[in-house]
Amino acid sequence: MGMTMTQKILAAHAGLDHVTAGQLIEAKLDLVLGNDITSPVAINEFERIGASSVFSKDNIALVMDHFTPNKDIKAAEQCRQVRNFANKYDIKNYYDVGDMGIEHALLPEKGIVGPGDCIIGADSHTCTYGALGAFSTGVGSTDMAYGMITGKTWFKVPSAIKVVLKNKLQNYVSGKDVILHLIGMIGVDGALYRSLEFTGDGIESLTMDDRLTIANMAIEAGAKNGIFPVDKVTLDYCEGRCQRPFTVYEADEDAEYDEVIEIDLATLRPTVAFPHLPENTKTVDEFGPQDIKIDQVVIGSCTNGRTEDLRVAAEILKGKKVAKNVRCIIIPATQKIYLEAVRNGWAEIFIEAGAVFSTPTCGPCLGGHMGILGKGERAVSTTNRNFVGRMGHIESEIYLASPAVAAASAITGYITDPTK
Amino acid sequence: MNAHGTVHKYGDNVDTDVIIPARYLNTASHAELAAHCMEDIDKDFVNKVKEGDIIVANKNFGCGSSREHAPIAIKASGISCVIASTFARIFYRNAFNIGLPILECDEAAKEIQNGDEVNVDFDTGTITDVTTGKTYQGQPFPPFIQEIIQKGGLLKSL
Repeated sequence: MGMTMTQKILAAHAGLDHVTAGQLIEAKLDLVLGNDITSPVAINEFERIGASSVFSKDNIALVMDHFTPNKDIKAAEQCRQVRNFANKYDIKNYYDVGDMGIEHALLPEKGIVGPGDCIIGADSHTCTYGALGAFSTGVGSTDMAYGMITGKTWFKVPSAIKVVLKNKLQNYVSGKDVILHLIGMIGVDGALYRSLEFTGDGIESLTMDDRLTIANMAIEAGAKNGIFPVDKVTLDYCEGRCQRPFTVYEADEDAEYDEVIEIDLATLRPTVAFPHLPENTKTVDEFGPQDIKIDQVVIGSCTNGRTEDLRVAAEILKGKKVAKNVRCIIIPATQKIYLEAVRNGWAEIFIEAGAVFSTPTCGPCLGGHMGILGKGERAVSTTNRNFVGRMGHIESEIYLASPAVAAASAITGYITDPTK
Repeated sequence: MNAHGTVHKYGDNVDTDVIIPARYLNTASHAELAAHCMEDIDKDFVNKVKEGDIIVANKNFGCGSSREHAPIAIKASGISCVIASTFARIFYRNAFNIGLPILECDEAAKEIQNGDEVNVDFDTGTITDVTTGKTYQGQPFPPFIQEIIQKGGLLKSL
């Protein structure tokens, strides 16, 4: 029996010729990642057991992105702890205010992750790098500590769902709509413990930013990872960017899948996940143009704070004004994206429209800072989770959508179809 | 090894944001995290939970963020075991890695009621609802997980 793409990467990193679903393996890691929230817990464990070295100073990434620039004294102390650790062990990929970005936008952008890698990160959206053809998955801080010490971790080899993407997306329909549509189909535990392996002729028309958004939210269906085949788009993206040599893996033709799901990209419409689960999806055709009044718009995050996301937002907001009583918060995911937005004139468009445009941070996505919701308030957000209280008060509401929907909604003050 | 206590019952998809809201993640202090455990789903939890109590929930418990602060908060609040129909995979790893025993058992998760007195035998995976007298067979731990638990957590197994 053949192996899935994920299984082939895992087998190679476990030094095995073949693995099967359910098998327990120990795999070598190409990268161990942590952020300013999860790293302190890992460092506490690292120090508690008396560890005195890391497996490789070049293969650990520590990114200060969640509560930065530090929102309060406690957040500053957490970053100080990680900064001291990074200096003590000479961690190469330590990113702090000034050169940081949101980890899952930053690491691909800087070429720290690449095809065929085996990566763990103490952040659930670590699955983002599957867009590049890597196996990457989220873990907790203890796994991160173990990985930093040994360069290895244990995995249960996952089975997989094959997702066949066909045809091309229409204008103002993006990767976000694809993944929300899929989560709406299979539910927030529809891929629990399994891989989502994307394939099909529709992939070639998806930009790298679309693929990163899709892989990013694989966790929102419970998946262990989401992964794309490596094609010309991937190789063009990686060329001159990836810091380490990489290996391209392909699923075997006779690989076994638990199920096969087909999605016709041409039929997808802008899709919104209603409170309080990402599976509560409706297309913009299923509600009226003045049904859902909003108080806030957030465009940003590891899901949708990339160049293509800001370009679309700028195209829609150009020459328009944000509706009265709506706060529109736009957060580029990295310093490089921030600079592109300035150079391309998008920053000017956002500010003239009455939006705020800030330094990179995860900030409001997890209710950290930079846009917390009050009681009864509603936000349309390009982020990834709309759980109770995620962005603030437990009686606030989050509607997840694409940058195009979010930008169009900022202008009208209601959740709006960007294609109209 | 066993757990015995009163049940706090919850539904499907209890996410890590309601177990420990991100606004409290500016600390790694176990006591501070425990003081806000379950705050956004059950504000009174911290007042009513007693040492040894058990959480029972339906499917996909612990979905969402990878924050290990979630099982830490649960364990530090005195909870001795979590039983659910299924667990989200990162929470599943994290719970064992920090030494919080968890069991998957769909029947028990559906039938056991809030306030029931429950006993869990980890060696056999048997769950007994002392209030109703009914027993359930939980999914036993795989051998390598038993080893992690016996050694007191992943890092102690190094």
